[in-house]
Amino acid sequence: MIQGVQINLISGDRLDKMTTMEKIRLILDDVIEGNIVVLETGLTPDEQSKLIEVTMLEITPDGFSGIEMETYAPKRSSSMGGGFFAKLLGKKGSGTRMTVIGPANQMKTIKKDKDLISAWVSSR
Amino acid sequence: MNLFLRTKKRLSRFVNAFFKKRQSRIGIYGPPNAGKTTLSNRIVRDWTGDALGPVSQIPHETRRARRKEGITISNQNGNSVTIDIVDTPGVTTKIDYQEFIEYGMEKDDAIKRAREATEGVAEAMHWLREDIDGVIYMLDSTLDPFTQVNIMLVGIIESRNLPVLIVANKLDLPDANPSAIRKAFPQHPVIPLSGLEGNNMDELYDKMLEYFG
Ligand SMILES: Nc1nc2c(ncn2[C@@H]2O[C@H](COP(=O)(O)OP(=O)(O)OP(=O)(O)O)[C@@H](O)[C@H]2O)c(=O)[nH]1
Ligand SMILES: [Mg+2]
Repeated sequence: MIQGVQINLISGDRLDKMTTMEKIRLILDDVIEGNIVVLETGLTPDEQSKLIEVTMLEITPDGFSGIEMETYAPKRSSSMGGGFFAKLLGKKGSGTRMTVIGPANQMKTIKKDKDLISAWVSSR
Repeated sequence: MNLFLRTKKRLSRFVNAFFKKRQSRIGIYGPPNAGKTTLSNRIVRDWTGDALGPVSQIPHETRRARRKEGITISNQNGNSVTIDIVDTPGVTTKIDYQEFIEYGMEKDDAIKRAREATEGVAEAMHWLREDIDGVIYMLDSTLDPFTQVNIMLVGIIESRNLPVLIVANKLDLPDANPSAIRKAFPQHPVIPLSGLEGNNMDELYDKMLEYFG
């Protein structure tokens, strides 16, 4: 069940035109407001590293407590087992994976069920 | 010594200092509580007799990277390598001071610890991008290795082409499952050990000589 949460989809085309900091700001500004961001093409390892760093600087007591994030292989994979994981690692640096990012305090789980992304959000 | 020789000597010293490869800095990375400081302390104690930092069951005990310079590791075959060991704060994407209150801390202390922890994680990421030449990635082998933080961090380390050894720690615990870690990271050597009890350290040191030498 999703309550008053906006899910913002950002296309690969749009991401391609943005710098690292523009992407990070776009993601964090959205997530800090309580929204969930879906990036069609994911982030490079370097961008992920900077995202973690900037996320940490935004954390406040009783406010924003960080992010929860999940990446998905471009093609649907049937299990979450070793194959799925190996595929993620095998595609290092490609930045072609879809990535879902949300606020840590609201996201219980994010899962991909076949072609549908569902976000379960706790009603605080 | 004539001027020519003196100049030549000074020049070669300058050239050497300039081109001499500095000691490799080996970062001990991983999620909070994996046992990074326990292992760092053991490595530093085994080869120098000192220690690096305090250990705690409460996560985010390490909130500043700590470096110990010039640790020379050697084996019977006469191989040796001199490295710096950098114990880093546990990496995560979220920190909530409430977690520390659950460990029995006062609110003010918990808030302070959380703030320092966020700075520590940011610092650890910065070191990884700028100053680290090799990584020992620590995992608690009683826990599921398939977490987003582990996926991301190993991906970041791989994208920098750094040599990496994975330690499946806490082997002394009954539900330790190093084979899950092997399955998760088939592309890297996995060394099962107990940093607390110090078993299987020789395998780690041999691999460190091989990978960081
Ligand atoms: N049973 C067991 N416990 C361990 C082992 N290594 C570390 N621990 C315990 O795990 C807890 C965390 O150890 P630390 O060395 O502080 O872990 P850390 O990775 O440095 O943690 P942070 O600095 O908070 O990220 C402590 O209670 C240690 O005693 C081990 O090999 N076996
Ligand atoms: Mg520590």
